[in-house]
Amino acid sequence: MIQTVDNVALLPAYLAAGTAVLVLLADLLVARRGATVAVFAAGAAATAFGAVLVGAAGPRRTFCAGPDCSYLANGRAALVGCLFALLTLGVLALSAPLLRSGQVPPGEYCFLLACSMTGGVVLGAAGDLITLVVALETLTLPLYVLVGLRHRSVAGAEAALTFFVVSVVATAVTLLGAALLYAVTGTVHLSRLGAVFAAEANRPVPLGGDVPTGPPLLDLPLTVVAVALVVLGLAFKVAAVPFHAWAPATYDGAPVPVAAYLSTASKLGGVVALLAVTATALPARVTGPLLAAVAVLTMTVGNLVALRQRRMVRLLAWSSIAQAGYIVAPLGALALSSGRSAEAIDTAVAAAVAYTVFFVVLELAAFGAVVALRPAVADGGEIADYRGAARRRPWVGAAFVLALVGLAGLPPGLAGLFAKVTVVRSLLAGDAGWLAVLVALNAVVGLAYYVRVAATLYAAEPAADRAGEAAAAPVVPAEPGAPAAPTDAPVLPDAGPIRPAWAVVAALALATLVAIVVGFAPQLILDVAAL
Amino acid sequence: MTLGGIGLVATLAVPAVGAAVLAVLPGRFDRAARITGTGFAAVTLVLAVLLAVGATDTWAAYQPQTAESPGVHPWHELDLTWVPGLDLRFQLGVDGVSYPLVVLTALLTLLCCAYTWWRVPAPGRGRTLVALLLVVEVGILGTFLALDLVLFFLFFEVVLLPMYAIIAIWGGEERQHAARKFALYTLFGSVLLLVGVFTVVTAAGTADLTELTGGTGLSKGTQIAAFILLAIAFAVKSPLWPLHSWLPDAHTQAPTVGSVILAGVLLKMGTYGLIRVAVGVAPEGAREAAPVLGILAVAAIIVGSLVCLAQSELKRLIAYSSVGHMGFVLLGIATLSGTGIQAALIGNIAHGVITGLLFFLAGAVKDRAHTGALAELGGLRESTPRLAGLLGFAAIASLGLPGLAGFWGEAFAVVAAWRVGGPLWTTLAVLAALGGALTAAYLLRLLRRVTHGPASPAVLTLTPGLHGAELAAWGPLVLLALAIGLAPTLVLGYAEVPIGALLEAIR
Repeated sequence: MIQTVDNVALLPAYLAAGTAVLVLLADLLVARRGATVAVFAAGAAATAFGAVLVGAAGPRRTFCAGPDCSYLANGRAALVGCLFALLTLGVLALSAPLLRSGQVPPGEYCFLLACSMTGGVVLGAAGDLITLVVALETLTLPLYVLVGLRHRSVAGAEAALTFFVVSVVATAVTLLGAALLYAVTGTVHLSRLGAVFAAEANRPVPLGGDVPTGPPLLDLPLTVVAVALVVLGLAFKVAAVPFHAWAPATYDGAPVPVAAYLSTASKLGGVVALLAVTATALPARVTGPLLAAVAVLTMTVGNLVALRQRRMVRLLAWSSIAQAGYIVAPLGALALSSGRSAEAIDTAVAAAVAYTVFFVVLELAAFGAVVALRPAVADGGEIADYRGAARRRPWVGAAFVLALVGLAGLPPGLAGLFAKVTVVRSLLAGDAGWLAVLVALNAVVGLAYYVRVAATLYAAEPAADRAGEAAAAPVVPAEPGAPAAPTDAPVLPDAGPIRPAWAVVAALALATLVAIVVGFAPQLILDVAAL
Repeated sequence: MTLGGIGLVATLAVPAVGAAVLAVLPGRFDRAARITGTGFAAVTLVLAVLLAVGATDTWAAYQPQTAESPGVHPWHELDLTWVPGLDLRFQLGVDGVSYPLVVLTALLTLLCCAYTWWRVPAPGRGRTLVALLLVVEVGILGTFLALDLVLFFLFFEVVLLPMYAIIAIWGGEERQHAARKFALYTLFGSVLLLVGVFTVVTAAGTADLTELTGGTGLSKGTQIAAFILLAIAFAVKSPLWPLHSWLPDAHTQAPTVGSVILAGVLLKMGTYGLIRVAVGVAPEGAREAAPVLGILAVAAIIVGSLVCLAQSELKRLIAYSSVGHMGFVLLGIATLSGTGIQAALIGNIAHGVITGLLFFLAGAVKDRAHTGALAELGGLRESTPRLAGLLGFAAIASLGLPGLAGFWGEAFAVVAAWRVGGPLWTTLAVLAALGGALTAAYLLRLLRRVTHGPASPAVLTLTPGLHGAELAAWGPLVLLALAIGLAPTLVLGYAEVPIGALLEAIR
């Protein structure tokens, strides 16, 4: 059988993969940092544009076996592809100081990031479990290297190893689940799986002899185990409790821009995968309670542990774990709602997608502010190091506070507020009032640590504290001439504050601007999320 | 857009623009910034007062209501689409229930801004303080004006962080702790409000308060669940015993202007929400929960008064007295009768005026004597007779002397409870009356300790004069306390018809 391949549908994937190849070639042939970065930036922008273009032209599908297709270029795929490309672009901008410092090889760094982006773009369109897992691995695999790419960084190597081991186990678990599902149902296509389970759920009670005998599929322990394995394996990727332990250590050991990528793009990947399997394929009767439990645990544990964090990136890591709980919560309400009507699923999925979009914007802004406030090659540092930072750098400080307040879900961070509102609304529409109350109460716990960081940013800085920062700040010794805080300077080591690269400032400003715009016009996000 | 609609938007836009202007002004124009901010607050007050133009259902222009008319009749209305996906419309309106509160908010904000001309609490930066006061004003005015439930919630939230900043930056010794406690408690309330609001909105399919008032289309179970959530949310804000424990800390630690806004109008968001949203939208739930609300309100009156009797710090005493006074307001609401809700509204306004004045005076005393301990403030009458006299006036107004503003709310809350009848409400009325006597006891104790008694060393050195800015800030409040006391129709004239309509709708 000759398969026709719809190359237009694959355009975003081609663009993303082409970017990776071009970046590699540019690094080999031109061997100049500027050229490599420029090629990458242009490629990522083209990918975003291509994704929008293909999405706007209407849904397409390819690699079909009968009615079931492995690659679905619909509106949501376009949204995911565009988001991945833009997030990659943002992270690339945040990486400017890191690339300039020479701590990482620019060619490899950009190539790996582009590979990861390719995985993300394909992930949004994945129509079967194999494509899904392969795309997810393409997304994750380069990150193992990126986390540990810095020269002479023990923390980075540790973080990379932790991430690698945990992630490989998670993938194995997902694959085992997928294999078992195949054994039970005989298919890996998400739409076919959904149809099989729907037919099972509606199967009449066997009365006569002509109905196939044997226990219903949904009552088979094997089915439940298979579904649970797939969902839990994917829960690793979004760093949901109890599969979250890798995240804080990995984020903190990675360079800050890579941590930003992990907590935005990589998390988005996990969410997209989880949405793909729960919304269309797997029976909500099994995934619903599982995800509800995961959501409750994730937000509660994430928030409570974040309360005790003293390091900035770890705090953001735990907070992003908690945020994953809010994202998963609407999916948990699926099975609890009476009947699994198509409308209820759409509402829940749209709420999760909308929350994710709001979240990645705010999270990117928060990490952007961290990068802008820290010396070029430093890690996130202690929260105490940020004491008075907003007084020295009012605009960056204001952007940081806006992002934090948005993550807490309060005005003036209207984007975050509407994100919470969307989730609570979808939960109440899905008759999961108790889950809505838990989400709401968790927001209170969340405020406690966000406001602590915000207050630290504006706190008066005692001069004595400042001297200690230089010793505490960089894990890696700064190169001579790098604008890190010099140790021998008098009272105020960085009285002339470190000027962040313009790319970092631009990315931060853009993320903040987007956060403000979608804060006043959240309907934009709600509309694209409902695609 | 009608002229009234423009007026509604302008009432919100002017302070918002003012805050934005102050935020971009360079820091060296601090004094100019404070004056500019006061100008914006003054324009807001004028706009707020003008909202009464065209009022249709005051005593002066009474029109009988048609049978099918809803429970809320705004004088002016504005309805714009904002976020259809979340049932959020930019829908504003003003009527006799919200109008007095709107004016009070604008007035108190203006007085607080004007007060900063003369005194900016440490660590300075009056520009930021005035800008934050204006943002708080936007939030409070928006809460009173919103006719869309989701918009109401949104404005309810706007107030939280600016107020946190006011306490955390300009507060007293324990400001960080107090500010954090305020923020977390209040957020706890408002997240329950969020859940409550969407319980109603998803069940009814609309967030329009004019449609929702009366509980049409909501099952009894939904109404009870919604009322419990909403009542807890508003009880934190009001605050209702036993959810009040953020209040003494916040009020005591906040700077003078912060305390005035907190006590004067911020608490009213809770009681207003209870009347307009909780009772209006979920009347069946309100009827079920009324006894519980009444018991807690009376407990608040008694507990607040007893705690006040044992207080040794001036601002803390006034703060706890708010718990007792708001208890009367909540008792009035809990009766679900016309008398009771009118008593609640006038009690709201009176408490705002009188406690605002009391906090101004307490701030002045503390600024002068550098202590708030009652034991060290004896003999204020001898060194600063005018200040002592004003304090005496405010305290007597607060204890509910007939002829002053505090009387009507408390007396008629008791009367309303008595009229409901039955053993429970009769007992509650008697206990509340007893609480009223205790209120008199602790305020007289305060006067005896502070203004009379032997002069203490801290007080003897004070100069007798009052600053012009102080007189300007306090004068309107003194006059209002007298005026409302002598002519309660100033408030009730606006409120009577809308409350009648509300009661008609929830029957």
